[in-house]
Amino acid sequence: MSTHTAAHDAGKYYVPHSSHWPIVGSIGLAILMWGAVALLNEWGPGWVMLPGGLIIAYLFVGWFRTIIGENQAGMYNLDVDKSFRMGMIWFIASEVLFFAVFFGALFYTRELSIPWLSGEGVKIFNKLLIWQNYDAAWPTNGPGVIGGKADGTFETIPAFGLPAINTAILLTSGVTITIAHHALRAGNRAILNIFLAATWILGYIFVYLQATEYHHAYTELGLKLSTGIYGATFFMLTGFHGLHVTIGAIMLTVIWARTMKGHFTAQRHFGFEAVAWYWHFVDVVWLILFVFVYWI
Amino acid sequence: MAHAAHADHADHEHHGPPKGFIQRWVMTTNHKDIGTLYMVFAGLMFFIGGAMALVIRAELFQPGLQFVDPQFFNSMTTAHALMMVFGAVMPAWVGVANWMIPLQIGAPDMALPRMNNFSFWILPFAFLLLISTLFVPGGSPAGGWTLYPPLTLQGGDALPMAIFAVHMMGISSIMGAINVIVTLMNMRAPGVTLLRMPLFCWTWLITAYLLILVMPVLAGAVTMLLTDHFFGTTFFSAAGGGDPVLYQHIFWFFGHPEVYILILPAFGVVSEIIPTFSRKPLFGYESMVYATASIGFLSFIVWAHHMFTVGMPLAGQLFFMLTTMMIAVPTGVKVFNWSATMWKGSISFEPPMLFAICFLFLFTIGGFSGLMLAITPADFQYHDTYFVVAHFHYVLVPGAIFAIMAGVYYWLPKWTGHMYNMTLAKWHFWMSTIFVNVLFFPQHFLGLAGMPRRIPDYSTQFAEWNMVSSIGAFGFGVSQLMFPIAIWQCVKGGARAADKVWEGAHGLEWELPSPAPYHTWESPPSMAQIEHGAPAH
Amino acid sequence: MLRKSAFLGAVTAALAVLAAPAHAAWSGLNMPVGVTTLSGEIHGLHMLILWVCVAIAIVVFGWMIYSLVKFRKSQGAVPDTQMLHSTKAEIIWTIIPVAILVAMAVPAASTLIKIEDDRGAQVTIKVTGYQWKWQYEYLDEGFSYFSTLARDSDAARQLDSGVDPKVVPNYLLNVDNALVVPVGRKVRLLLTSQDVIHAWWVPDLAVKKDAIPGVMNQLWFEIQPDKVGVYRGQCAELCGRDHGFMPIVVEAKSAEDYAAWVASKKPAPAAAPAAEAAAPAAAAVTTTPAANAG
Ligand code: HEA
Ligand code: HEA
Ligand code: CUA
Ligand SMILES: [Cu+2]
Repeated sequence: MSTHTAAHDAGKYYVPHSSHWPIVGSIGLAILMWGAVALLNEWGPGWVMLPGGLIIAYLFVGWFRTIIGENQAGMYNLDVDKSFRMGMIWFIASEVLFFAVFFGALFYTRELSIPWLSGEGVKIFNKLLIWQNYDAAWPTNGPGVIGGKADGTFETIPAFGLPAINTAILLTSGVTITIAHHALRAGNRAILNIFLAATWILGYIFVYLQATEYHHAYTELGLKLSTGIYGATFFMLTGFHGLHVTIGAIMLTVIWARTMKGHFTAQRHFGFEAVAWYWHFVDVVWLILFVFVYWI
Repeated sequence: MAHAAHADHADHEHHGPPKGFIQRWVMTTNHKDIGTLYMVFAGLMFFIGGAMALVIRAELFQPGLQFVDPQFFNSMTTAHALMMVFGAVMPAWVGVANWMIPLQIGAPDMALPRMNNFSFWILPFAFLLLISTLFVPGGSPAGGWTLYPPLTLQGGDALPMAIFAVHMMGISSIMGAINVIVTLMNMRAPGVTLLRMPLFCWTWLITAYLLILVMPVLAGAVTMLLTDHFFGTTFFSAAGGGDPVLYQHIFWFFGHPEVYILILPAFGVVSEIIPTFSRKPLFGYESMVYATASIGFLSFIVWAHHMFTVGMPLAGQLFFMLTTMMIAVPTGVKVFNWSATMWKGSISFEPPMLFAICFLFLFTIGGFSGLMLAITPADFQYHDTYFVVAHFHYVLVPGAIFAIMAGVYYWLPKWTGHMYNMTLAKWHFWMSTIFVNVLFFPQHFLGLAGMPRRIPDYSTQFAEWNMVSSIGAFGFGVSQLMFPIAIWQCVKGGARAADKVWEGAHGLEWELPSPAPYHTWESPPSMAQIEHGAPAH
Repeated sequence: MLRKSAFLGAVTAALAVLAAPAHAAWSGLNMPVGVTTLSGEIHGLHMLILWVCVAIAIVVFGWMIYSLVKFRKSQGAVPDTQMLHSTKAEIIWTIIPVAILVAMAVPAASTLIKIEDDRGAQVTIKVTGYQWKWQYEYLDEGFSYFSTLARDSDAARQLDSGVDPKVVPNYLLNVDNALVVPVGRKVRLLLTSQDVIHAWWVPDLAVKKDAIPGVMNQLWFEIQPDKVGVYRGQCAELCGRDHGFMPIVVEAKSAEDYAAWVASKKPAPAAAPAAEAAAPAAAAVTTTPAANAG
């Protein structure tokens, strides 16, 4: 890291004064969670999660605005910058583990529990006494034939249709954001703005295509969240991924707006980098997903 | 290595805490205030969780059902464990970390102070959500703290409440862990190298990595419970191609590292206290660090020792038996190093040392029973009996809880500036030590003789030892009342504490005045202070 | 200052408290040796690791107590502050535990392999867990029945029933219809569940296995030929409200008695509703001395 132009004393680590954001966040989260409880338990009307959601949205806008303001005012030295970076890295690490759980469930069921249910090896009594007509297969909605179309069957989405296109889109967006990053470092703001915009546009296109895919799956293929273990792993993995792409795309939009306002310097642009890292993470998850969920 | 040289506090009042209760406690960004909040909260949860344990022990005092409905009994077991694990021990450790890590590494505060406060304030709301389950139709979760499906999925309105409460705790813990890692990696004063960090910092560093790696796993597990219940997924239902055992794998992939999350900081605290009161540097500092790291690593590959009876293939059982047994080796290194630290020392028996010594003995006993549980064929007999209950309470109560108490008695004078009432603290110690054994030792016998866990009533052959155990529980409970009294008195007044409270203490925290001022290490410690503070190793 | 002697005094006092009711329950302190071909071996393994742990404890605690007594500041002990580490010592106390662990792992693994060897079962019974009862299906013989908590226990265990559990024979460990098995034969149980996870456990048979919905688990045992008798156990996996109230009773009969019992069950399996069949069985069960009582 090179020298920076902040007005503040380079040696000082900025420790903020009391802030209302944490308590706003906690209350907002609590209201959101109670809303979710009320929704699931059918205690209240359909909009019960709205207030919590709004507070959380307000929280993100307000808290980040505070941080951006402090940053622009030059209150953060390189050590603060480094703290933010490390924080982001470990946050992404925890996200990786969250996805790992669902991948783990996919591998476990495919490789272990489904063969067992169909009586593999010492598990032969599963076949003899419980699931006589079941043979291990993938995709499957289980020996009980759970969900699917009226006749219990369902179809899957072939990898080399829309998913392959989506792969291309996400990979391209990984390239565009890298170009934007290089442009930022080279001080070329025009290229930066264009490629950053391209990135988030690609992100939203991805989300849109996923939505059409879901629609197709639900209405025509009999592939639903409740279509046995295939539907469960398929929708949970792609769903959480899609959620992360959506969040990432929103973050990209925010930093795009900031670059338009002239934020970030060639040397100091933690916000930009954090979003870029997040985007690459989302990208990598998709690749794994494409291979193991759609392809093989 | 980056070093946060000076602090730039934005506080208007540069030296003291902000005025006004809300300003100071609700909106704070000060690591000491947040540490205090965490610990007060943990104490409250300990008493609530303990009161639930007393409901359990009261019902088990005699055979026959005297006080509670079996369903409510199961709710008590479940809530007791969740509150103790997630409400008492984990927050207590985060609290001590908040207080001590910046002091010990010469940092002006935690690296991300606002997030620090956020991670605390989520907790009261999470536990409010959890406790509220006691008042909703269908009663609170009663499937055990492990929340196994399909039983847990039979829960009523309480189910999503418990799940979201767990999510909130998870968010809080992950943010807390990120803060610890970043602080330790980025905020060490110049000269405080990694291998100069006190062991408490080291054990917390590894704990924080464990937290970041396993809390999302728990979140994933309970999310699947939620979708299985409400959205028709079949992760845990064989009919749909899932497997109830899958949940157990995921839960214990979290759950086993979790128990080390509870105990590693305890190892750290004990590694500070024993040298201090032996007046001798910690023996084998580096091997302690490596042993901690090995325990952290091994904790990820032993999880299925909680599931020996689910019908795993033989190879799996053998693998998990052997890896589990291996944990005894690094843990043994720790125990031996602590013993070697006391060897040829000059030992005195102040309250922190008393608790630490008791930890040494009783944690080791708990470790031995853990090793017995690891032996798969024998575990077929032990599993889900009171032998297991005895095992984990030995490592958790005279293990984790006593280490927390040791830590509090060790650093309390630094926090408050006063000495506490030594006599009261020693009474607290002796009563606790005696009763904790009366409480939990007989549970070994009960388990071996065949008493399953999680039952509200039992066959008459188990009557005697249950009665002894319950007497121990009430004795232990009453003894704990001395703890808040001792702390409260110390906060209010008492003899002035010296800066270096204990004669044999080493470490940067003792280079600061007592009480530690509201802002410390705004300019980093000098090399002389670091060298003076650091024990030779 | 409280001294070591005080500590030892307290420990002794604690032990005394523990020992007080011992005369009443001494036999209920340890794992039963059991009655199957493998239960003795498992018990032996348990005792082996127990004694190994006790031996290590004596050494380690002995060392600690010696230090605590010998190196007291109040006795003028002077610390040796140069004692920082010793690679030799550290290697020793890594190697020795490894050796001990290996010595434990070998017999443990060999026993485990025997337990998992389920070839050659002679009797196969399917066991299904329900909230809160067991169903036993004799697959080869073609009859089945349910097994639930005995009625006197069930009455006594109600909240504030006013019945003293001590007057109920085998309180909570008695059922209406026991599982009947022959001695001297390899009996295989196939375990599953209709609702939540249960676990089938009888300490004297040294077997415990989960009964999981949608999955068929198995276990086996072979009761020694001379161990005719009644063995009691309980559900060992939390399965809801009445988890504490779904006991297991196994009646081990000689080959001839078993054959006679099967024959009596077979002709009219449907005509043996619980009430009729249960009465004699329950009587037999309650009058036989409990092999694992006390
Ligand atoms: C702080 C918490 C903590 C700690 C530290 C441990 C430590 C250990 N635990 Fe424990 N455990 C729990 C908390 C903890 N456990 C909980 C909460 C449960 C139950 C959960 C539930 O079901 O609700 C549980 C359950 C549990 C089981 C499952 C039992 C069952 O359900 O059937 C097993 C099985 O292997 C086990 C093993 C071990 C082992 C081998 C260790 C080892 O780490 C111990 C190592 C230490 C020593 C061995 C002593 C010191 C060593 C020496 C002096 C060296 C020389 C020694 C030898 C060579 C032997 N534990
Ligand atoms: C850190 C974790 C922790 C801690 C500290 C404790 C502490 C205690 N635990 Fe518990 N416990 C667990 C973790 C913990 N436990 C877990 C994980 C389970 C498994 C749950 C499951 O099966 O799902 C469990 C289960 C469990 C059981 C088995 C329940 C069952 O299987 O049905 C029992 C029974 O004796 C028990 C007892 C106790 C007691 C008496 C204490 C005591 O140490 C508590 C001491 C504290 C107090 C007593 C409170 C202080 C004082 C007051 C409130 C003032 C009033 C006092 C009086 C008037 C006397 N616990
Ligand atoms: Cu069935 Cu517990
Ligand atoms: Cu474990």
